Amino acid sequence: MTTGLTLKSLRIFRDQSLLVALDTTVQAGEVLSIMGPSGAGKSTLLAALTGTLAPAFRQEGHVILNGRDVTTLPTEHRRIGILFQDDLLFPHLSVGQNLAFGLAKGGTRTERRAKIETSLADVGLEGFHDRDPATLSGGQKARVALMRMLLSAPEALLLDEAFSGLDPALREQIRALVFTRARTLNLPVVMVTHDPADAEAAGGPILKIG
Amino acid sequence: MTPSLTWVPRLTLAALVLPVGAGLWGVIAPLLGLVQINGADPTEAIDDLFAWPGLTRASLLSVTTGIGATVLALAIVVLILCQLHGTRALGWLRRLLSPLLSVPHAAAAFGLAFLIAPSGWVARLFSPWATGWDHPPDILILNDPWGMALTLGLAIKEAPFLLLMSLAALGQVRADQSIYIARALGHSGSGAWLKTVFPAVYRQIRLPVYVVLAYSMTVVDVAMILGPTRPTTLSVQILRWMSDPDLAYRLQGAAGALLQLGLVLGALGLWWVAERLVARLGKRWVEGGSRSLHLNRLRPLARGVGAVTALAVLLGLMGLFVWALAGQWRYPDAWPQQLSLRSWQRFAPQITDPLLETAVIALISTMIALALCIGSLEAESRHNLRPTTRAMALLYLPLLIPQIAFLPGLQVLLLQAGLTSGRWVVILSHLVFVLPYVFLSLSDPWRAWDTRYGTVARALGTSPNGVLLRVRLPMLLTPVLTAAAVGCAVSVGQYLPTLLAGGGRVATITTEAVALSSGGNRRAIGVYGVAQTLAALIPFAIALGLPRLIHRNRRALIPERS
Repeated sequence: MTTGLTLKSLRIFRDQSLLVALDTTVQAGEVLSIMGPSGAGKSTLLAALTGTLAPAFRQEGHVILNGRDVTTLPTEHRRIGILFQDDLLFPHLSVGQNLAFGLAKGGTRTERRAKIETSLADVGLEGFHDRDPATLSGGQKARVALMRMLLSAPEALLLDEAFSGLDPALREQIRALVFTRARTLNLPVVMVTHDPADAEAAGGPILKIG
Repeated sequence: MTPSLTWVPRLTLAALVLPVGAGLWGVIAPLLGLVQINGADPTEAIDDLFAWPGLTRASLLSVTTGIGATVLALAIVVLILCQLHGTRALGWLRRLLSPLLSVPHAAAAFGLAFLIAPSGWVARLFSPWATGWDHPPDILILNDPWGMALTLGLAIKEAPFLLLMSLAALGQVRADQSIYIARALGHSGSGAWLKTVFPAVYRQIRLPVYVVLAYSMTVVDVAMILGPTRPTTLSVQILRWMSDPDLAYRLQGAAGALLQLGLVLGALGLWWVAERLVARLGKRWVEGGSRSLHLNRLRPLARGVGAVTALAVLLGLMGLFVWALAGQWRYPDAWPQQLSLRSWQRFAPQITDPLLETAVIALISTMIALALCIGSLEAESRHNLRPTTRAMALLYLPLLIPQIAFLPGLQVLLLQAGLTSGRWVVILSHLVFVLPYVFLSLSDPWRAWDTRYGTVARALGTSPNGVLLRVRLPMLLTPVLTAAAVGCAVSVGQYLPTLLAGGGRVATITTEAVALSSGGNRRAIGVYGVAQTLAALIPFAIALGLPRLIHRNRRALIPERS
C-alpha cells in the first residue's frame, strides 16, 4: 500500500479551459506548498481535494489517500481536514463543544472529555473548555481550530492561507505548531499560500501554479 | 447518499401558485358557464353587478383610495429619506417604526379611528377650551364618503413598510459614496439623494410598492373600519355578496371579484406608465444641472411627517389600550375617570376561544411555511440552484393578486365540490400569504451564512443533514425565529382568508375584532384590538428574547442592540 496523498493526473477545468493540472504525491509528513497569484485556482484545487468543487468546475483524474481512492467520496468520508484563514469556530458552541464536534465518534463520556482536556492542555489552553470562542484571542482561536481538526483523526491536512490572518509574531508560532503536529502524526499536508515565508518554513517541495 | 431536496422548492411554489390559480379559476369558470352553481345564472349575475347602483362610485373609491394611499406613503418615505439620510432622527424613526410594522392592520385602523373621530383623543385634547365642544361634534371624519380617512390610514400603515424596505435596499446601493460625490460637486444633500440614490432604491422597492398599491385598492378590514359606507369600496361590497345566504349572490360576487382584478391590473399599468414619466422628468431635472440647494429647507417638514406617522399608530394603539381599561369616560375628558379591568373580565370568556384559534392557525401555518422555506433554501445551497427571476416573481404573486379577487373563487370551488370549509382550509389559505414573507425575511441571512463553516463541519465527518441541524440552523437561530415571528404576525392579521376560507365558521381574534367595527362599543374594540396587537407582537418578543437565553454565553450570536 502506498502512503501519502496522490494527485493522479488531476485536472480542473472552468467551463472548457484548463485551470489547474497536477500529477504528484505528497509523502506522509511532508508539506507541499502551492503558490501562485490570486485567481490561479489555488483554493479551487483544495475544493477539489475536499470534494466541495462548485458546479461551474469540472474535474478529471484521481485523488488517492493512503491507497484509498477518495475522488468520488462525499466530503465527510474523505478524512481530509482543512484549515482556513479564519478560525471558523462554531459560534454557538463552547470551545470544548467545538472540539467534541471534531472528535471522532466512540468512547464513553468521560473518555471523550479527557481527550478534549488533553488536547486543550497540549496547546496551553487548560481551563478553556467552557469558554465562548468569541472571547478568545486570535492565536487561541487558531489553536482551537487546529486541535478540532486533529481530533477528527484526518489522514491528510489542507491549509488554505491558514496563517494569513495572523500578525507576524503569532504567525510564526502557529505555523511551527501546525507543521510539528502534522509531522508527528505523519500527515501529508497541502498548503496554499501567497507568502514565500510560509513555503520556506514548510521545508517541503514548492509548486508554482498560474 | 444524501436524499435529493429538489422537490421542496417545487412544493413551495405549488403552495403559492395553486391556491391563487384555483381561486382565479373559481371566479372565472362559473361566469363562463364552465362550472354550474345551483340557482345562479352567469349572464344574470353580470347584469346584476352592472345594475347595482353603487358600482361606479365603489370602483372609483377603490382606485382613488388605493392610488392615493400609495402615492402618499411613497411620498412620506421619499421625503423622510431624502431629508434625513444619515441623521440620528432617521435611526430613531427606524427603531420606532420597525415594531409597528407587525401591528395588524385592523388594530392600527381602530387605533387611528379612536384618535381622529369627533369623539376621539385629538378632539378631546382640544375641547372644550379651544373648540367649545361639550359633546362630540356632528362631523363625518371617519367613514367619510370620499374615503379620505381610509386613504390616510392606509398611507400611515404602509409608509413604515416601504421605509424599512427602502432602508434595506439602501445598504446595497452604495448610497453614502454617491451622496458624498454629488455633494462634492456642489449638490445639496437631499438633492443628491433624490438624483443619485432614489433611482437605485426605487428599483429595489418596486415590487413592494406594487404590493402596497394592490393591497390598498382591495383591502377589506381597514375599509370596513375607516372607509365609506354608502357605498363602500368595491372589495367590501364583494365580501357582502359572498357572505349572502342567497347563493345566487355568490356569482355576482365572483363577477365583482373579476372587475376588482381588472381595476388592480389597470392601476398597476397606470403606475407603470407614471414611473416612466417620472423617470423622464427626473432625468431632465438631473441634466438641468440645478444644485437644488433650497431642498434642504424641507428638513423640518420631514421630521414632522415622520413623527406624525409614528405617533399616529403609537397613540392609536395607546388609545385602544386606555379604552380597554377605561371605566367611566365622559366627553370631553382626555382621560377616563377611573381605570379598571372590568372590560377584560367581561370579555375574557368570549375572547379565549378566538385567541386559541388564532394561535393554532398562526403556529401551524408558520411551521409549514418555515419548513418549506428552509427546505427550499437548503436545496438551493445543496444542489447549487439559483432561483430564477420568474420564481421570485411568483413569490410576490399572492401579494399582487388581490385577496378579494381570488379567495371568492376558492369559496365557490369548495362549495361546488361539496367540501366543508374549515380550519385546515384556513391554514392553507394563510400559508399562501405567510410563505412569501417568511421567505423574504429568511432568505438574505440564510444566503449570507459563510459556507466554509459547512465545509469545515463536513471535513470533520458530518453529513449534510448534520451540518444543517447542528451548525447552520443553530447559528441562524435569530433569523429563523424572526422569520417565524413575521409569519405569525402575517397570519394573525389575516381577515379575508379566515372569513372566506373558513366559510364564516372559523372565528379568530381578527374576524371577531373587525365584526365589532359597526357596533361602536369602544371598550370591546379596545379589548379585542389590544389582544390582536399582542397576538402579533408576542412572537417578536420571543424571537428577540429566546436567542439571548439560548446563546447567553455566545457573544457572536447575540443580535446587536439596534
